[in-house]
Amino acid sequence: MVTKIYIPRDSSALAMGAEKVAVAVAAEAKNRGLAVEIIRNGSRGLYWLETMVEVATSSGRTAYGPVKVKDVPSLFDADFINGKPHALSLGVTDEIDWLKKQQRLTFARVGVTDPVSLEDYLAHDGYNGLKNALKLSGADIVKIVTDSGLRGRGGAAFPTGIKWNTVLGCEAEQKYIVCNADEGDSGTYSDRMIMEGDPFVLIEGMTIAGVAVGATRGYIYLRSEYPHALAVLNEAIAVANKAGYLGDNVLGSGKAFYLEVRRAAGAYVCGEETSLLESLEGKRGLVRFKPPLPAIEGLFGKPTVVNNVISLATIPIVLDKGAQYYADYGMGRSRGTLPIQLAGNIKHGGLVELAFGATLRELLYDFGGGSFTGKPIRAVQVGGPLGAYLPESQFDTPLDYEEFIKIWAVLGHGGIVAFDDSVDMAKMARYAFEFCAIESCGKCTPCRIGSTRGVEVIDKITSGKDHAKNIALVRDLSDTMLNGSLCALGGMTPYPVLSALNHFPEDFGLSQKN
Amino acid sequence: MLDSHSTQEINATIHALIAEHQHRPGALLPLLHAIQDSIGFIPEAVYTPISKALALSVAEVHGVVTFYHHFRTHKAGQHVMQICRAESCQAMGSEALEAHAKKCLNVDYHQTTTDDAITLEPVYCLGNCALSPSVMMDDEIYGRVSAADLDALILEARRAEAKV
Ligand SMILES: Cc1cc2nc3c(=O)[nH]c(=O)nc-3n(C[C@H](O)[C@H](O)[C@H](O)COP(=O)(O)O)c2cc1C
Ligand code: SF4
Ligand code: FES
Repeated sequence: MVTKIYIPRDSSALAMGAEKVAVAVAAEAKNRGLAVEIIRNGSRGLYWLETMVEVATSSGRTAYGPVKVKDVPSLFDADFINGKPHALSLGVTDEIDWLKKQQRLTFARVGVTDPVSLEDYLAHDGYNGLKNALKLSGADIVKIVTDSGLRGRGGAAFPTGIKWNTVLGCEAEQKYIVCNADEGDSGTYSDRMIMEGDPFVLIEGMTIAGVAVGATRGYIYLRSEYPHALAVLNEAIAVANKAGYLGDNVLGSGKAFYLEVRRAAGAYVCGEETSLLESLEGKRGLVRFKPPLPAIEGLFGKPTVVNNVISLATIPIVLDKGAQYYADYGMGRSRGTLPIQLAGNIKHGGLVELAFGATLRELLYDFGGGSFTGKPIRAVQVGGPLGAYLPESQFDTPLDYEEFIKIWAVLGHGGIVAFDDSVDMAKMARYAFEFCAIESCGKCTPCRIGSTRGVEVIDKITSGKDHAKNIALVRDLSDTMLNGSLCALGGMTPYPVLSALNHFPEDFGLSQKN
Repeated sequence: MLDSHSTQEINATIHALIAEHQHRPGALLPLLHAIQDSIGFIPEAVYTPISKALALSVAEVHGVVTFYHHFRTHKAGQHVMQICRAESCQAMGSEALEAHAKKCLNVDYHQTTTDDAITLEPVYCLGNCALSPSVMMDDEIYGRVSAADLDALILEARRAEAKV
């Protein structure tokens, strides 16, 4: 009998040596005359345990980790291919508490299946959503998406169904579906995990979007920092084309959908949807004035759906299980689940998909296990480089779009970056300005000039020069950027800056709050 | 890479790439990627043929090349080392790592070591934030990188060069 061994091809697993482990396992099996099949899956998202090796046994998939090349001979000695105990045993994968406590809807298959095997995808409920969609009218598909309550996971949390409805309502000889896979936010990697671990779910989601709004062409705008995701996507797209899931006649429906990956070129602002469209058109990524909305005049001036990877990858389960099934998860107006990414100074970093409503504290301690360094977590930044820094007193805030707005913070793309008590928050505020200056598209003055001025003013504050005057200046400057910027790069840089100043005044040479 | 090719060969390569990509919608970025993938950078000499093929002005082509951090207008060293400077990696000590790299390589960002082995670049998130700090060497990502790991990467890159 051939034993199936799973060793991830996910970038972060590779970053911990998964390639070498896979080579070593193959060589050791050969030496010992054992018949094994090595499947290069996505990551289960328990990143501190990578490289996590799983073996299919009669009692289910059994996990070992973190495995290094030097552990491979002893794993074989312990008979791990029959699921026997070893110092690195983690037990049956599905029984691992960290995974069991999650609600994996969008990530149901990630780490489970072979990412580029269509057969595996189909055996795990793949393409049920598209098959249902092909029996419905565009308006009915859009209604299901609207009723599911799904809001864009790229940051702005705009209802996906409403966006699709606008594109559906436009008359045009060509419409487009654009997937925003620029994932520029520090502390986020869920898009990458989907693309590397379950690319068909994104392909299916985009195809459903195309069928719904009458678009025949799709582009995935993928950041250039993700070479492994590029390879997996291109492999999966080729398979889907060959099997008739993409192309002139999707599943014999008479409807066409062509899909192509386009590489970005390392500009953070190109994650902003209109800048992204300019870039796809082959231009500099300058942000466009809105209106017109991309839904009406988007790529090459045509009606265009622009959605984040996670938004699109969530469509198949909504079309498979129904709007209500998805909407039953969550709280308030935040329906469904959010793939949360634990990052920074955290002991157990990784992907946690949960219904909206869990608190930051649960994420940081129950899942995250506290800081990596073992020191107290002093601050967390949620929602990427334009998200606010939150102090410990706000850790009981539930993850919910509206609850975060109430405390002048954002959930964004669901990244949580933890910092221990060695962090200097004035330095983080300075970095926020610096990042804005580096990445500004240059179209508006408050962002282009204000960010550079911001760096200078923070430097003056930390060196104690005209202290009170410069604190007031940072607030003024932030106000100008908040109100006078065309997009959120300039418009939200004040979030990390002012939250750092307000919650951690002592780092700016001011007396503590209260 | 570049050294082993003659100017004519490069011209032929570039013209072939232009012919391959010019009719795609939004052709400029894919074309620039193809050029950089094949010869390592975007020489200024390609602006004119590209502008002709895509009906753009030379200034427009130049504007696009310089807008994007990924495109380089000068040849890089044999290897490109990118150190992540973004928040998650900062929370795990990337600043010390940057300082260590600059000192060991005796270069600043965007510079190449005197032996032409390594060009050092900053990068803003590699999507490996659960295992910060992160470094990318050519197309490979490394996580939880310590100063010693960095030394080993540098050594390996230089050793690989010595063999060529
Ligand atoms: C500076 C900036 C960067 C952004 N980066 C991204 C990104 O990397 N990925 C993303 O999906 N959305 C990003 N967005 C949000 C997009 O503009 C847009 O709202 C999103 O792609 C819409 O998709 P969704 O409705 O599915 O979230 C960014 C916005 C701004 C202002
Ligand atoms: S805020 Fe900054 S990035 Fe956004 S449009 Fe203005 S200059 Fe460009
Ligand atoms: S912030 Fe460094 S890898 Fe994401």
